[in-house]
Amino acid sequence: MLGKTAGGLYWMFRNLERSENNARLLEAGFRIALTRSKSATKEWISVLQAAGVLKAYNKQYDQVDADCIIDFILRNPANPSSVISLVESARNNARLVRAALTREIWESVNESWMTLKKLLDKPIKGRELPEVLAVIRQQSSLVRGALYGTKLRNDAYDFSQLGTYLERADSTARILDVKYYVLLPSASLVGTPVDNVQWETILRSVSANRAYHWLNQGEINPKGIADFLIFDRRFPRSLNFCYSKVLGNLDFISEQYGSEAPCLDTVRNIVSQFKDNNVTTVFNNGLHEFLGEFITSNNLVGAQIETDFRFNG
Amino acid sequence: MSNAGKFFDEMFGHSSSQGGEKAVAREPYAPLDVWMADEDLDRLRKKSQEAEEFFRRTGITFNVYGAEEAAERLIPFDVIPRIISSKEWSKLSKGIEQRVRAINAFLHDLYHRQEILKAGRVPLELIANNETFLSKMIGVEPPGGVYTHIVGVDLVRTGEDEFFVLEDNARTPSGVSYMLENRETMLHMFPELFSKMPVQDVGDYTKNLHKSLADCAPPKCEGRPVVGVLTPGMYNSAYFEHSFLADQMGVELVEGHDLRVIDGRVAMRTTKGYEPVDVLYRRIDDEFLDPINFNPDSMLGVPGIMDVYRSGGITIANAPGTGISDDKAIYSYMPDIIEFYTGEKAILQNVPTWRCSEADSLKYVLEHLDELVVKEVHGSGGYGMLVGPAASKKELADFRVKLEARPSNYIAQPTLSLSTVPILTKAGLAPRHVDLRPYVLVSPKGIKITPGGLTRVALKEGSLVVNSSQGGGTKDTWVLDD
Repeated sequence: MLGKTAGGLYWMFRNLERSENNARLLEAGFRIALTRSKSATKEWISVLQAAGVLKAYNKQYDQVDADCIIDFILRNPANPSSVISLVESARNNARLVRAALTREIWESVNESWMTLKKLLDKPIKGRELPEVLAVIRQQSSLVRGALYGTKLRNDAYDFSQLGTYLERADSTARILDVKYYVLLPSASLVGTPVDNVQWETILRSVSANRAYHWLNQGEINPKGIADFLIFDRRFPRSLNFCYSKVLGNLDFISEQYGSEAPCLDTVRNIVSQFKDNNVTTVFNNGLHEFLGEFITSNNLVGAQIETDFRFNG
Repeated sequence: MSNAGKFFDEMFGHSSSQGGEKAVAREPYAPLDVWMADEDLDRLRKKSQEAEEFFRRTGITFNVYGAEEAAERLIPFDVIPRIISSKEWSKLSKGIEQRVRAINAFLHDLYHRQEILKAGRVPLELIANNETFLSKMIGVEPPGGVYTHIVGVDLVRTGEDEFFVLEDNARTPSGVSYMLENRETMLHMFPELFSKMPVQDVGDYTKNLHKSLADCAPPKCEGRPVVGVLTPGMYNSAYFEHSFLADQMGVELVEGHDLRVIDGRVAMRTTKGYEPVDVLYRRIDDEFLDPINFNPDSMLGVPGIMDVYRSGGITIANAPGTGISDDKAIYSYMPDIIEFYTGEKAILQNVPTWRCSEADSLKYVLEHLDELVVKEVHGSGGYGMLVGPAASKKELADFRVKLEARPSNYIAQPTLSLSTVPILTKAGLAPRHVDLRPYVLVSPKGIKITPGGLTRVALKEGSLVVNSSQGGGTKDTWVLDD
């Protein structure tokens, strides 16, 4: 397949994943701001940080305000990470690689774009937000469903999946990193309602609250949360899960191509860290440091994949 | 039906519904007419809206240059099919085949011995001063001897038995994706109609296209020919069609920057490295093909591809330089060209044409400007054209100035009484003017014409301009089986 096509698929699914993650961050932020109006500003700043758009936001606005943030994250065309910009980029990627997509995938991404363009045509009021976010989540599921249900499991599928999982790993790591201090035993007033809300927010930001509670019978503690989001092999947004998928997809590509790309070594290193470490050693060596290193190596893997498979020349 | 009687209507002929009596449908339309009688107009209108949603969802759009916000538009689709009997089609396809054969022979001759010029049947200066004639193609043997792999012949009808060729599109004719998607849409919306009428299938087109292109593989091709579609990119007005065709053929859709000349072959950048391409169905114009050999500013082409082409390393479809054969200045010579190479009279007629380069013709055209259609020799898409009867006094005066300044840049034709086919309007059926573009595939193994084509329809009442860029729509075209 063409390097350009592989790149187009990879970015299409990265963009879609990012749009969904940003919508989810907004949802969690909105919820905590509603219930804890005193610390709302601080919470909104974390949301902007986790979405990686704090700088861009500050350039455009001089105050932290729910309406502005909702507008910035959902529908600001000047923000390349706004949901509408990302979905539009994903659709442009899809047009570029149309021949590598099934009709179902193309139609679902085209329809997502049409639906969201209409939905986000005018500013979204706070009370409309839950409904709007539900549509965004739903649209993203439609595209993913079309991919899973109709796409041949060839290299095109693998590049799509690589985009999804690298982006998702990045997002989970960022969310954890922005809030890492509320998970540290030293900084927390263990068991206070403050922490409980903060912990819930982290789980909500990655749609993990139900799964976590189900697995832990309602017991909630910071180490458990970190363990779940970093090491759990069953939760589809944990770092370990994402990387087992990245490794799997690269293995499939090597098998199809009959040769191993250099990025595979880097990925194996990352995966072995999940095997060799556990949440206790991570806490002992520093959660923030661990996450920082992970985010850096994850970026490196992305850049290496682009070079190894000739996305751009 | 205000136009009834004046124009030939393909559904109702010249008959009209006068005095409360219903018009009688012509034979090919009879089953449709019966079906329509039982149909509720509201249901049809609803279906028509569904079709639009279907097109929007599937992304069948074309881009409009310079229009930013609504950059992607739909070509309006009308649900009433245009129907051609098998007898009519058989004559048309014979005529088309003859014409396409002649065009290929003409091109081979022009780029080799130039017998037709020596015989004085086509004036030398028409070729010598023509930008579409590529001297770089002189003496080049295209793989399989084919110049025009894909041709779209534009036909118009004026009566029961009167068909004319309006234009031969021998460069990169577009619109075939609409032929295919229009049929898909009709099958989806009105399956019952297809069981009432023996409509010939068009769905094989992309399979045939792929085979036809592969059959023209170059001498240096080893193994199964690798075909690719070369597009100028996603901002081109026909990008949807380029990706559609690549998708349907199961081949790569490439842009110039995906390609590079390596070891005397054109190769595409894949995830595994560079791999040779054998046949390129290019949808970019000659001048942009190769910045080394043609327009040095082109970012769309592949530097050095012409050298690979000359050495038998790649097939370019259509071959560079085919534009000379569908040039509007050459058009009026087509009957002579057909006779010269086939020894037969042209089966399909040309529209009578005045060459404004000739003094007598120019005089006539200037005197009858308000009756004629005047076209730029190199124009396309309905731009730069004057429709005399529809033009204002000022438009006529402005055009007269342009025409007098550069007469050789123009040809003129009578305003044809284009046939009509009904479309569905708010008020019910109403006749609108149509043309027809059938698609022809040429390979060393033969000529294949898909039974059908693209029917373009001028949606504005009375309008004769069917181009999609000028408010035209499309219809599904049904060729019936015996």
